[in-house]
Amino acid sequence: MALGKRSRALLAAGAAVVLALVTACGTSGPGAGAGTSAWALTGGDEQTIRGSFESWNNDNADSAVTVEFFANDAYKQKIRTSIGAGDAPTLIFGWGGGTLRSWVQAGKVADLSAYANEDPQFTGRFLESVLKTGMVGGKTYAVPNNGMQPVLLYYNKELFDRVGAQPPKTWDDLMRLVPVFTEAGIAPFSMGGQSKWPQLMWAEYLVDRIGGPEVFEAIAANEPDSWSHPAILRSAEMIQELVDSGGFVKGFNSIATDNGADAALLYTGKAAMYLMGSWAYPTIKQAAPEFIESGNLGYTTFPTVEGGAGNPADIVGNPANFWAVSAEATDEQRQAAVSYLKDGLMSDSYVDTLLANGSVPPVTGIESKLAGSDAPEYLSYVYDLAAEAPSFQLSWDQALTPKQADALLNNLDQLFGKQITPQQFAANMNKTIEQP
Amino acid sequence: MLRQREAEGAAETGREPGARRHRAGPHPVMAVPALAFFGVFAFIPLIGVVLLSLVNWDGITDMNWAGLANWAAVLGDPGTYHAIWLSVQVMVLSWLVQTPVSLLLGVLIAAKGRYRAVLGVLYFLPMLLSSAAIAIAFKALLDPNFGMSLAFGVEAFAQDWLGDRDLALYVVVFVIAWQFIPFHTLLYQAGVRQIPGSLYEAAELDGAGRVRQFFHITLPQLRYTIITSSTLMLVGSLTYFDLVFVLTGGGPGNATRLLPLDMYLSGFSSNEMGRASTLAVVLVATGLALALGLSRLTSFRRGSQQEGA
Repeated sequence: MALGKRSRALLAAGAAVVLALVTACGTSGPGAGAGTSAWALTGGDEQTIRGSFESWNNDNADSAVTVEFFANDAYKQKIRTSIGAGDAPTLIFGWGGGTLRSWVQAGKVADLSAYANEDPQFTGRFLESVLKTGMVGGKTYAVPNNGMQPVLLYYNKELFDRVGAQPPKTWDDLMRLVPVFTEAGIAPFSMGGQSKWPQLMWAEYLVDRIGGPEVFEAIAANEPDSWSHPAILRSAEMIQELVDSGGFVKGFNSIATDNGADAALLYTGKAAMYLMGSWAYPTIKQAAPEFIESGNLGYTTFPTVEGGAGNPADIVGNPANFWAVSAEATDEQRQAAVSYLKDGLMSDSYVDTLLANGSVPPVTGIESKLAGSDAPEYLSYVYDLAAEAPSFQLSWDQALTPKQADALLNNLDQLFGKQITPQQFAANMNKTIEQP
Repeated sequence: MLRQREAEGAAETGREPGARRHRAGPHPVMAVPALAFFGVFAFIPLIGVVLLSLVNWDGITDMNWAGLANWAAVLGDPGTYHAIWLSVQVMVLSWLVQTPVSLLLGVLIAAKGRYRAVLGVLYFLPMLLSSAAIAIAFKALLDPNFGMSLAFGVEAFAQDWLGDRDLALYVVVFVIAWQFIPFHTLLYQAGVRQIPGSLYEAAELDGAGRVRQFFHITLPQLRYTIITSSTLMLVGSLTYFDLVFVLTGGGPGNATRLLPLDMYLSGFSSNEMGRASTLAVVLVATGLALALGLSRLTSFRRGSQQEGA
């Protein structure tokens, strides 16, 4: 160290600058020390959630909640990073299932069971089947915050009248309809393939209809080779048969759902059918209200498969979205969040605005509200479908770990694109099964 | 990093005792802010990425030491080589498309003429748009059902541009070119305006035509502009991400999953931070090698020219 005094002082000054910059980065995370916060998704039920927090904050200034909204895909990527970095909002918007489980395992979300035991109303008003998605190991970690989202087969009644056909009741009906519509210059099915997850709904329903919910339960439980189940292989073949026969609209691979181009194909009369979650209804209602008013929007359940073991009343989709409370929230923030979940969430006006938007809240005893809404038939249909389903399976990409979900969406995309065979699909997916 | 500086300083004084004291120009301490900035925002994160490539981490649970497992997985995965191959294709195709077009446009706009200024403004318009806006606009235009085919009523436009495995990469290269040609045109325009007019006057006196002037004066004089532009283009092509992410998301299948996109999706979609960090290191190494190689090439040329002069 043959450095002069001056050099050493300069070095010390340089080091101080570095340290100052480093520490400045370490403490300037958003939300640290701020009030109670919540992050949610844009679109869909955004207005209901926004309005609910506004009126809550007006009435409860001392436990006010600031809410921010993010686009779906961007949010999914942001929330995990934020939770990992300890910068999560107090109220965390989620889907339940595998993602919630990973948050719980990492100790990042609070156990709400005590509040549920203390006040039966806290969770008692929700449908049991939906509430289950917010539970991990028998404990409540999240409560529903919007409508139930079963996947339905939507169709354009005018186009069916034009070709003189009936909506398909069985898979064979469906395959027979394909040439009928193709010859009339109409695409049988609309599909937003670029977003990848719309392809998942076909696999979910086919596997359930052929093999029942147990097939996926074995996968979710990480049983070795569970992707090689005959129901998976058969449904993968059926998907490729449908692709081969021209069942999906031309260019389905490059259509994204985020700009609504897939729904537009249905209401502009370019495609006859559209397999989509019930969240499509508010989208269509906003984009083409006249299509719904004129009674041209038909909806039915996914067709049965001859000889299949699954119950035709089973549904797939998202039981609802959920609020979880960050484990890193201060006592004050947690109190504010819990009191909102108790009294602000799913209040009378909350339920009313959800219904007005075309969403069906997972709340018990709302039959009279459903009957009095402006679309009683549709909303009651969705409510009964979800409330009475023997199995309401959570979307696979949410039920699995993010790593498995990404591999699934990728392989499924290649299955639809005929880059891999059903056997390769099963083999690729078996590799993602993790042994504890 | 400071230690390194110290060592360099010592080495320097060892070689030329006292030379530093007498040298004119800014004192080395002036470099401290820049070095501190580089250290905090580039060097420390880089070390962090190398360390992350040695662990298994899903972003929220505890990290597990993985040793070289991520490296083995990345290097043994055909997906990695597919991504690298796609990146190389995009790099080469982008250079082949963008260089001649922006060179010619730059020459065209640099000349004096009444309408060239207006044309120039039009050509530079894409530079003002963000990648996301460009991607969304092209996605709408290229939509097989609602895009250009419907707008212009031309059936030929109704291709499945972004959904066709064989076509998607070329469409991506085209949109990238559309976005970046204006920037390189600007470089060439500035380069052309630096060429002394006397050279052209002399050539004209000797009876050289436009084409000859271009090949014998303009092109050789633009040598360094071409090198600069190409370096920016080649190294820049390793960072093409936002545009492709919005345009195709890497699809259909993995047809446009370039290396930076592969890295991002591994990290923030599959939550495999270890794998993503490994890919990031590969990317950094490739970028460094490319930049060093190119600068070696250019300094060699400059050196030989000086010797000849």
